[in-house]
This record gives sequence, structure tokens and C-alpha cells, in this order.
Amino acid sequence: MSKGRTFRGGIHPIGHKELSATKAIKVMTPPAEVIIPLKQHVGACCKPLVKKGDIVNKGQKIGDADAFVSAPIHAPVSGVVKAIESCWHPAGGKVQAIVIENDNEERLDPSITPKGELDQLDADAIKTIVREAGIVGLGGATFPTHVKLAPPPDKRIQTLIINGCECEPYLTCDHRLMVEHPDRIIDGTRALLKALGISKAIIGIELNKPDAIEAMQRAAVGHAGIEIVPLKLKYPQGAERQLITAITGKEVPAGGLPMDIGIVVNNVGTAAAIQTAIQTGMPLIERIVTVSGEGVKEPQNLLVRVGSRCSDVLEAAGGFTGTPKQVIIGGPLTGTTQFDLSVPVTKCTSGILVFNQLKTAREPDPCIRCGRCVDVCPAFLVPTTIARYVDGGKLNEAVRWGLLNCIECGSCSYVCPANRFLVQSIKLGKQEVQAERHKKTS
Amino acid sequence: MERNVVTTDTELVISPAPHVSDQESVTSIMYGVVIALLPALIASMYFFRFRALWLVTITVGACIITEWVFQKLRGKPITIYDGSAIVTGMLLAFNLPPTMPSWMAVVGGVVAMTLGKHVFGGLGHNPFNPALVGRAFLLAAFPAAMITWTSPIDGVATVTPLVQMQMGRITSSYWDMFIGNVGGCLGETSALAILIGGLYLLYKRYIDWRIPVSYLGTVGIIALAFGQDPVFHWLAGGLMLGAFFMATDMVTSPITRKGKWLFGIGAGIVLMVIRLWGGYPEGVSYSILLMNGFTPLLDHVTRPRSYGEVKTRA
Repeated sequence: MSKGRTFRGGIHPIGHKELSATKAIKVMTPPAEVIIPLKQHVGACCKPLVKKGDIVNKGQKIGDADAFVSAPIHAPVSGVVKAIESCWHPAGGKVQAIVIENDNEERLDPSITPKGELDQLDADAIKTIVREAGIVGLGGATFPTHVKLAPPPDKRIQTLIINGCECEPYLTCDHRLMVEHPDRIIDGTRALLKALGISKAIIGIELNKPDAIEAMQRAAVGHAGIEIVPLKLKYPQGAERQLITAITGKEVPAGGLPMDIGIVVNNVGTAAAIQTAIQTGMPLIERIVTVSGEGVKEPQNLLVRVGSRCSDVLEAAGGFTGTPKQVIIGGPLTGTTQFDLSVPVTKCTSGILVFNQLKTAREPDPCIRCGRCVDVCPAFLVPTTIARYVDGGKLNEAVRWGLLNCIECGSCSYVCPANRFLVQSIKLGKQEVQAERHKKTS
Repeated sequence: MERNVVTTDTELVISPAPHVSDQESVTSIMYGVVIALLPALIASMYFFRFRALWLVTITVGACIITEWVFQKLRGKPITIYDGSAIVTGMLLAFNLPPTMPSWMAVVGGVVAMTLGKHVFGGLGHNPFNPALVGRAFLLAAFPAAMITWTSPIDGVATVTPLVQMQMGRITSSYWDMFIGNVGGCLGETSALAILIGGLYLLYKRYIDWRIPVSYLGTVGIIALAFGQDPVFHWLAGGLMLGAFFMATDMVTSPITRKGKWLFGIGAGIVLMVIRLWGGYPEGVSYSILLMNGFTPLLDHVTRPRSYGEVKTRA
């Protein structure tokens, strides 16, 4: 196999993927109670379509919004609406959520019917199915997928890129999906191509997943226009812009979107969810979650209903090995630490990681200007300088040095020998600048 | 399944991402540089015998004690174990002639750590290379002691190859200059030992190749342009030590790639101006110190293009 393409910059963290990479996806028994946050996507929050005491069916739409940039939510189990109340969101903050008590009947909603063969569906029909199924970017960004499928008329899309990098350590949910269900991903990719009205798709997979590359290549046979491209192992290859550059050599303009250079990127999980929505009519009510880290007794990949509590999922993985010190939802480089394990799994929960000891959190030393952050920054920034400007309150200077072009991958903080809070300061600076601009426009 | 395996009454730590980091620390980098300096130390002990070990020991000791006293007085955390004082002490000793009186070496160490480093706030905040500040001070305060040279091994009075050049007759062979069998400062004479350490630094990525390449490259080009022997200029004096161990000092050299190129080129020009037309036979320390002063400016004007930023057209 060839060396594989890649982008400039990036890091090589220890993968720890062997903990769960060979574990076949296991279906987790739906829990007795699920909590469905009304916002699990980028965009407008959903309004509940049910009220306390209502009986709901599995797959029934229970929340939706009028805004274009939004995605509806569905009941992952059949049962009774126990409450509509505020709960902790795994990404931080509180959010309204619908709590459903599972009656364990798995009673399907009458609206769940196969949507027909792909050949008989036109682009608009596919976009409607994707929207109604509540499908969002499952790689972690949770941008509503139907919005990506409706570019403004002046943007001509030429290439679809399917993201199978999974470059975050520990996570193996996309890996297992590619190994076990390559045909679903290929069918979903074909649906995406049809919705976009184009014929060329490239699926990028890192070389540390040879079995996934092989399975996907076998599944792609006979589908002209779908190409599997092996990529060098490097973080953050799965970041949208870095993946585009790795595959095409082109750069997405700063401040712009991939569609500005004729590209749309979707995750392999998103493609598979679209296939399910077309074939069975089932909306996005479950996802694969990697449960891993040395703090978990049986690291594995679980097919989990959205709304299952983090603690339910951890229990299904055998519980803790010792006293956990840190629980992370997502990957170790960009995930969010949790303090309350009753938070629900959402559409974008790719992993739940448990560490028995902290793997950072040492005191920061002064910057010795070693330049490691400059070497690894995939956005070609000088993180230490930007962070220093942000810390000193000089936001204009920080912006001049490219503050807003940071993709927040965390590579700088990962390599910093002085353990400085680089990406952390930069994120804060971005938020402050965006808040200020928001204030000015409104 | 047994319930309540998972409870939330344990204390979970909340922290901003990323939640993992690599193993390198400031201390591991500093001790890495100390390891890289060992071949040059061994060479100096071979050529200048017990005197070399003695001077290195007291200079390092002076640096460590000065750092401790300064941090104690300022009520700051004591950081003498991070290895940076050892690096400064070794580099300063490597820049001293073997006959340097001990007390002067100690004064050099004290000046390097105070005026060179701690008056600016300690590690990471000093604009100039501390070891070179110490050397510059000694050169100004004790000029005679700083240019008294002895030959390797037998220790009789001699001159350095650069002084030979100034006097118009070079007698040292390439081979002697390469292995270090010539007069000069303790750690600067053996290009071979310095190269071994320098390659280790490059391999461990503790230094960036752009600075030594642009520094040595500029020196070579200017030598050729003025009809001089570039190999002689590379091997003579403190250039090898300066190019691999002092111009590359992380704290005092630019952080951007373009800045590193300009830094090396600038240092090369200054050095050759001093060597060809200056009053001193040697100018490595001044060339680096001068460029240290330009480092903030170089960083400022060489902001790299961000990903996705359109190249500005003229």
C-alpha cells in the first residue's frame, strides 16, 4: 500500500485504539429511561411536539423547529413522556430535554416505513428524508446534514468527501462501522451524491485501519466515482479542512466554507445513518459509542440509543476498573470532561472515556519559545504568540496573527513542554471576539 | 447485571481540552541539551586536561548558586533543577580560555545568571543568550585574560587559528581544527565533538536546522566572495559551537521559520564583518548577541501565512 497523503503540521499521539478496535459492535439494551435534549445540533433549538403524560412510539418525531438550520429529534424508545425539564448537556450548560420512560415494547411509529429504492428517489426526496430523520454530522460537529446538501446556487459542488479518518485517540466507532457495515456507508454515499447531483466521492481512511480500508475497497467495487484514499496516520486529519487538503491539496479559504471550493464533507457515520433512513425509514435514534480508557472494565463499541445516560453506558461496559479521575465525552484532544454521569448520550457522542489518572494538568512553566506549537499547528499559526496576546487582552493583535483561523484541534497544547494553556486561551479569545462582533451587528 | 457499579459520588476533574499531552517537558529538553554538550566536554577534557573539568565545574556551580540566591531573594519558586542553569554554565565555560583564573570564571557565571537571565524575569524572558552576556562581560572586564591562549595537551602559550589569520600565516591544519587540536576556548575547538552533539539536538528536534544552515551558509558565501577559505572560517574560532548551541537557543532566537532564516543570515553577516574588518579576531558572540536584539522584530515582521489565507498580490 502507498504511503498515503496528508496535510502539513499535526501530531502523533498514542492511539490506544487496540483497547477497542477489534471489538465487534454490541447492541446495548435500551435503558429504562432516556433523556432527549432538544438541542443536539448546530442551529435553532427544537420545540417539543409532545407533552408530559403523552404516549410515544419508537421513531416518533418529538421535537422540531421552523428554522432551516436545525434538526428534529425523535423518540428512541416507545413509552411515556415523564417530564420536560432542563438537564445538563454533555457539551456543557443546561438544555431543555424530554424524559421518556421506556415501556420496553419497542412499538414502532406508523411513520417508520421504507422510503423505497435509491434509484427511484430524486435529490429533493433524499434531502427531505435526511432532514426529517434528524441527521446531523456524526463526526462531532453536529451540523445539520440537509443544510450541507443545499448549497446556495452560486456554489457549484464537484466533490463529496467522506471522512473515515477517526484521528482522535481511543475512538474506534467509525473504524468498526467501516469494517462491519461498509455497504451501508457506500449506499449512504451514493444517496449523498444523488442529493448533491454529482458523481465523484472520495473516502479518506487513515493507514492504521487496514481492515477498514480493505472492507471499504471491497464494498466500493462496481461503484464508479467512489474512490477510497488511504491517508497517513496523523492528528487532526479528520478535521474538515485538513482532510480536504490531505486529499485534494487545496486549501479552504480562511473564514470560508468547504463549499467555496466545491467540496462537501460528511462523516462515514452520517452516510450510514442516511442509508438507514432510506432503507428502513428509521430516523437517527441510535449511534455507535466507543467506551474506552484504562478506567473502563470492558472497553468496547456499543450501539446505544440516544438519550441513554452516560452511567448506563458505562455500566453496560462493565463499570470502572478503579476510582475514575476523569470522564470525557468525545476524544481526548477535543472532548468535554463530565462531572455528572447522568448526562445523556447525544447524536454526537462518539466516545465515553474514563481515565483513572490525569494525563495533563501539570502547572504551566514560562514559554521557552521552543516553537513546537508552530511546527505542529495545522492552521500554520504561531499559537504561543496568539495566546500571549489573548492573555494580555490585545484581541486586535491576536486577530491579526490569525486568531480566528484556529481550528481548535489542541495540537499546540498537546506538544507544549511548558504545559501552557495555548488552545484554551485561543478558544477564549475567539469567543470574546465573536461576542464583540455579535454585539456590534445587533 | 449488578446495579450501582457506576456512581457519581467520586470526585471527577473538569478541565478544558486537550486531556492528554506528550511527555516532553522544559526540564527534559534542558537535560537533552546537557547530553548534547557532553561530547564537547569530553573533547575539552582531552585537549585541555584537568583545567577544563575544573572551569566547567565552578562555572556551572556559580550559575546554579546564583540562580538559587536570586530566586530566594525574590521569593520566587526555586528552579535550579530544571537544567537551564547547567546549560548556561557549561556554555559559558566552553567560551573561556583554559588559563582563565577561577575567580573570573565565577564572576562570569554570576553575571550570566543575573544580568543575562534573572533581571528579565528568569527562564523564557531573557532577550539575550545568558552565557554570551557572561562572556561579553568578561571580554570587556578582563580582556587580557580572555585572549591568552595555550596549546592543547602540553599547555604552552600559543595563538588561535583566527589570530594566525590576522597575523597573515595560518599554520593549523584542517584536521587539527576539525578534531580540536588547536588553541582556543575550552569547548569550541573540536568541530567533530560539536557536530556529534549538534546532530543529536537536530535528531531530538531540540534545535531547528534553519539557523545553523543559514548561519554557516552565509559565512561560507561571504568568505568565498572575499576570496577566503570557507572551510577555514567554519572550523575556526567559536562558529561551530555558536551555530549549533548558542544561535539556536530557543528563548533568544525567532520562533517563525522565516525569522530563523533571517536570524542566521544576519548573524553570518555580522560575524564576517567582524572577522574581516573588525578589531577582534573573533565575532561569534557579538554576532549572536546583536541578532538576539533583533529577535522580537524578526518575529513581528515574519508572521506566517495562515491556512486558507490568500497570498497577498503586489
